[in-house]
Amino acid sequence: MPDSPVLKVQDLKVTFATRQGPLRAVDGLSFDVAPKEVVGIVGESGSGKSVSMYSMLGLVRDANVSISGSVKFQGREILGLSDQEMQPIRGGEIGMIFQDPMTALTPVYTVGWQIIEQLRTHTDMTKAQARERAIELLGEVGIPDPRNRVDHYPHEFSGGMRQRVVIAMALSCNPKLLIADEPTTALDVTTQAQILDLMLKLQDTYNSSIVIITHDMGVIAEMAHKVVVMYAGRPAEIGPELDVVRNPRHPYTWGLLGAVPRVEARNDRLTTIRGNAVSPLEIPEGCAFADRCDYRMEICTKRPQLKGTSDHLDACWLSDEQRVSIRSKAAS
Amino acid sequence: MLSFTLRRVLSAVLVLFAISIAVFLIFFATPGVDPAARIAGRSASPATLAHVRAAFGLNRPIFIRYLLMMDHLFIKRDLTSYVNVGLKVVPQVLKAAPVTLALVSGAAVIWLVVGVLGGIVAAANRGKFIDPLVMFIGIAAVSVPAYWLGEVVNLITQSRLHSSLFWWVPSGGYVPFTQNPWQWALHLLFPWLTLAALYAGIYARVLRAELVNAMNEDYVRTARAKGLSERRILMKHALRCSLVSIVSLFGLDFGALIGGAALLTEVVFGLQGVGMLTYTSLQNLDLPVIMACVLYGSFFVVLANAVVDILYAFLDPRVRVA
Repeated sequence: MPDSPVLKVQDLKVTFATRQGPLRAVDGLSFDVAPKEVVGIVGESGSGKSVSMYSMLGLVRDANVSISGSVKFQGREILGLSDQEMQPIRGGEIGMIFQDPMTALTPVYTVGWQIIEQLRTHTDMTKAQARERAIELLGEVGIPDPRNRVDHYPHEFSGGMRQRVVIAMALSCNPKLLIADEPTTALDVTTQAQILDLMLKLQDTYNSSIVIITHDMGVIAEMAHKVVVMYAGRPAEIGPELDVVRNPRHPYTWGLLGAVPRVEARNDRLTTIRGNAVSPLEIPEGCAFADRCDYRMEICTKRPQLKGTSDHLDACWLSDEQRVSIRSKAAS
Repeated sequence: MLSFTLRRVLSAVLVLFAISIAVFLIFFATPGVDPAARIAGRSASPATLAHVRAAFGLNRPIFIRYLLMMDHLFIKRDLTSYVNVGLKVVPQVLKAAPVTLALVSGAAVIWLVVGVLGGIVAAANRGKFIDPLVMFIGIAAVSVPAYWLGEVVNLITQSRLHSSLFWWVPSGGYVPFTQNPWQWALHLLFPWLTLAALYAGIYARVLRAELVNAMNEDYVRTARAKGLSERRILMKHALRCSLVSIVSLFGLDFGALIGGAALLTEVVFGLQGVGMLTYTSLQNLDLPVIMACVLYGSFFVVLANAVVDILYAFLDPRVRVA
């Protein structure tokens, strides 16, 4: 099949055993990533976006964690593989970009050393070849004078430049899939746009799929082909980016989209979703969003399943007619 | 790197200068401490005191006296003891220094190797049986006082098992390396082990804590996401960053021990080192010897710290700029 998914996540559950009882960080997440597709995972802090990605790669090192479900990478189950079996996949076939470039690099080695280390782990390049490749990569991610900069230490780079280094490192072994965990959150706004552009440009060159984790609907609109909206560890809405942004179905997505500040709007106050994100220790049996939802009904004490037309799914009990009337009221 | 080294050495020299003034003022210019009375002996007549003051230059202005003291100590090197009149101070220190240096350096090699290995093994096997075992041995070694451990070692090797297992252990004292290297090592073996026990315990525990912390850092997560092996992550990434604290600990400990803090071990094993010399001079209030010992000690503490800072800059590139 030409479009068999690069990554297929099915019913992923991540639970931490704590003194206060089980903490369900991720509860039944399913989505596919097609080749060359950019999937955005969006949600508030603590909604289980990052932890779902880390658990897939075995990067959650908590002894009290239990992970279930299925994660197939290029048709191969990778959940439950040992560290040794995961090593060629991590960094080799799945690259990762982290949120805070200030701390993501080992401070005592030059950036070149760190890229060369990764190249030499996954390929049989010689030191000289790896160095040339590292210089080339630094140039590709837009670092000026890479031949000189390759021997500089992380602290000698600005935040945006460091993130470029992290991206160069993540892409160094031509990964099939790039996971970016809030890659622009720690950067200032002008740098954010540059980094996003860079990722899109490189995705074109390297033909990788991207999973981008963010809490910024603006990033989703710019980058993603497909959106997964998460709330309290559960998927609230999944669909193509255009559908989700123009025709959102879940009340939580309405709130998220409403919270994006607009230049033309003259509101004095930013719109917010009322209440606080639910604590992952106290997720209700029914719809997790019910307590903050303006359209709560009797039935919301039961957990809604993801359902919908073709590829646009949502987990909400509202009927289509109700949604139409609520949205037309809001528009007027 | 070079300019950093130069700057660091210059500041070390300034610190030493300041210490020499402070020590001089404490021992020679503090009200109530009259060096002349120490030299002249108990219930000396005012005439004798005046004579002594004139003879030792104690009636001159304070900064002249400081310069005279430094002149005697470093340039003429003929400073004499106030208690054992005629005994020169500098040769005494120079005679004691190699003993202490040999004791402390040998012990340092042992405690660094054992401590660093222990810390790595414990951190690598975190959560398994071996981790608490290493940490328990570590805390036991830290808890045992050196003088007690030394006495027990002496009791076993010199008396109880001397006729059977430990017949080859010499009875205390020091043999210079140049005279007989084998006997030198043999005489120092148990002092080394005794002195190293405490520090090996501390270093193993500190390094384990540092490594466990480092393994939770973001850069370790990056290293894992790069597909590196756990072993490589621990040895190349976490250990390298954790060594900084070990190096700074080592500088302080090594400097202080060379400066005389190994006194207890020296006494227990009958080694005539700097610690012993300081101890006896303090008992006699032999001001010139105290002065020389303190300056000698502070020299090594300051030197060790300068070396540590330079090593620091080598280990952690972020320090070089500052």
